[in-house]
Amino acid sequence: MSRIVRTAADIIYPFILIFGLYVVAHGHLTPGGGFQGGAVIATGGALVIVAYSYVEVREWLSGKVLMGQEVIGLVGFIGVALLALAFGQVFFFNYLNASGSLFGIPVPYGINAGELNTGGFVPLMNFSVGCEVWGGLTLVILYMLSGLEKEGC
Amino acid sequence: MTLADFIVTNAPALLVAIPLFAAFTCPAIGRISAAARNLWVMGAMLVTAAIAFILAFRVFSTGTVIYVFGAAATHLAVPLDSGGIPIRIIFTVDAMSAFMEIICAIVGVSVLLYSMSSESHNSNLEGYYALFLLMITGVFGMVSTGDFFNFFVFLEILSLASAGLIAYRIDGGLAVEAALKYFVLSTLGAILVLFAIGIYYGQYNALNIAMIAQRMQFSMLDKIALVLLVAALAMKCGAVPMHFWTPDAYSMAPSSVTAFLVVASQASLYGLFRVVFTMYNITMNCVTVGWIIIILGVLSMVVGVTMAIPQKDIKRLMAYHAVSQTGYMLLGVGVGLAVLGNATLTSAFGFMAMEGGIFHIFNHAMYKGLLFLTAGAIFYRIGTRDLNKMGGLGHTMKYTMIFFIIGALAIAGIPPFNGFASKLMIYESVYLFNPILAIIAMVVSILTLASFVKVFHSVFMGPQLPEYADVKEAPLPMLIGMGILAAIVILFGLFPQPVVDMLVAPAAHALADQGGYIASVLGGA
Repeated sequence: MSRIVRTAADIIYPFILIFGLYVVAHGHLTPGGGFQGGAVIATGGALVIVAYSYVEVREWLSGKVLMGQEVIGLVGFIGVALLALAFGQVFFFNYLNASGSLFGIPVPYGINAGELNTGGFVPLMNFSVGCEVWGGLTLVILYMLSGLEKEGC
Repeated sequence: MTLADFIVTNAPALLVAIPLFAAFTCPAIGRISAAARNLWVMGAMLVTAAIAFILAFRVFSTGTVIYVFGAAATHLAVPLDSGGIPIRIIFTVDAMSAFMEIICAIVGVSVLLYSMSSESHNSNLEGYYALFLLMITGVFGMVSTGDFFNFFVFLEILSLASAGLIAYRIDGGLAVEAALKYFVLSTLGAILVLFAIGIYYGQYNALNIAMIAQRMQFSMLDKIALVLLVAALAMKCGAVPMHFWTPDAYSMAPSSVTAFLVVASQASLYGLFRVVFTMYNITMNCVTVGWIIIILGVLSMVVGVTMAIPQKDIKRLMAYHAVSQTGYMLLGVGVGLAVLGNATLTSAFGFMAMEGGIFHIFNHAMYKGLLFLTAGAIFYRIGTRDLNKMGGLGHTMKYTMIFFIIGALAIAGIPPFNGFASKLMIYESVYLFNPILAIIAMVVSILTLASFVKVFHSVFMGPQLPEYADVKEAPLPMLIGMGILAAIVILFGLFPQPVVDMLVAPAAHALADQGGYIASVLGGA
């Protein structure tokens, strides 16, 4: 694509990344969550592939890293749930909720600005899912757009 | 808390958690070495199967087990501040669920053992084993869950993993086409299921099967939901006239996957039975719905077997026989459903028909799995599925031939194999209900036998062909995998009565006992 498109993609990409991470991090407070945020980040990848070319993007993005991201996300998700069993609780028991530690503040009642530090292990699960979808969906997009030729600008 | 207590308490959750964890870590373990990966996957499967047996033993000895995810204790189905609604995901494992779990555990172990050597020459095995374990998760989840939305989630996990595995051997795009067909139809079915779930949720404010069953009004909307669910789940289990994906998917998937796809179809069959027996039961017109299921069953039996006879591809032929055998299960359980409201008829032959149908699920998973594995062993050695190109393999593949004979005689309902035991129960009880149906079932059995005699003759009999002169017997892990299933086929054929008394009859009674299911989740109803 033209220099204008590339420059615009360069400028927009960090914002897409930050917005996606925001959706992931606020998954327990606002609409959205790990999957939606991860999908937003992956669309940033699609933008870069369209603006540059598949061959160039392939040099920046390693399939192994993306695959590793998937594995870390998935294992993180099931691991957080399995930790409940290790603590002698029921599978998927929210052991961080209202515990006073990380994400452990009790949810305030009534209208409030939204307390990020609540939700127990739900934010952790959102991070895991976000990480997994980021890697997995980017891989899917890479494979789907692998037919894009590097055309003349 | 000791380890034994821990396992017994958390068994329903571990059934899903262990294969999931093993599947997710499989790509990472695969980077160490192939042997470590095989050990890891096999170990996870063995542990899962052991837990399934422990759980099944507990269910059959002490009754329904429930497991409430994320609650303060495993049996707190209804939180105090929820207004009497079971809001959490609940696994409700009754005798029928435990019965299906035993099937999944046995077939899972033997198929995984088989694929250790049958797939060993292929690339990207991390993905293969990860998807296979996800299939195991899907089946265990579908048959255990007591939450209808959760059922949909596991249905999707199972469908996606199956589609990936059907396409695993790309095979010049043919396998991908079969997988795409399966995937589109599965998604369509899943959307119908989701739509039905939406109808229940809108009406009854509940997703829990027990809660929906308790509040069931059988309004117009419930009738629509019933139609959607019966159509979608009958399609997923491959009943005629929605059977057209089975020959493609079953023949193009690697044989080990096909053997497990049979179990996957039966998980959908379980879902169908769960819907009509546990959610609707006698609130609906059992005679009409029962007859619809009977007609689906008879159509599947007849169309399946007649389509199987002219096939030249050994796995396509077996796939049509799988459709045909699914008809027996639908027939048996459909007869049980048709007389459900009538206590005298139910005790006269209704329960026996249901027991026959449910026993046939078990037997079918064993012998059909065995047959698909033998077909896979033949394909592994000679590289073709075309019956016209085979011949004289009995000279070299003796054990495979013996396993094939066991499977073929069992599917045709010849004593002393397990197919005979369940088919006899279906014939006897269905004859009391309607003699014509029983006669059709017997004729279909004869045609099945004829078809398998043809296959046996063209694959194993005759002089040794020069191009297959140096064909060797299948490798040992494949033989062990087939041997496990063959041993069960013979064992259950020789001693059907204890199996029926201990496993099948409790499963049939649990399925028919709607009140018991509701009470186990919501407390004394």
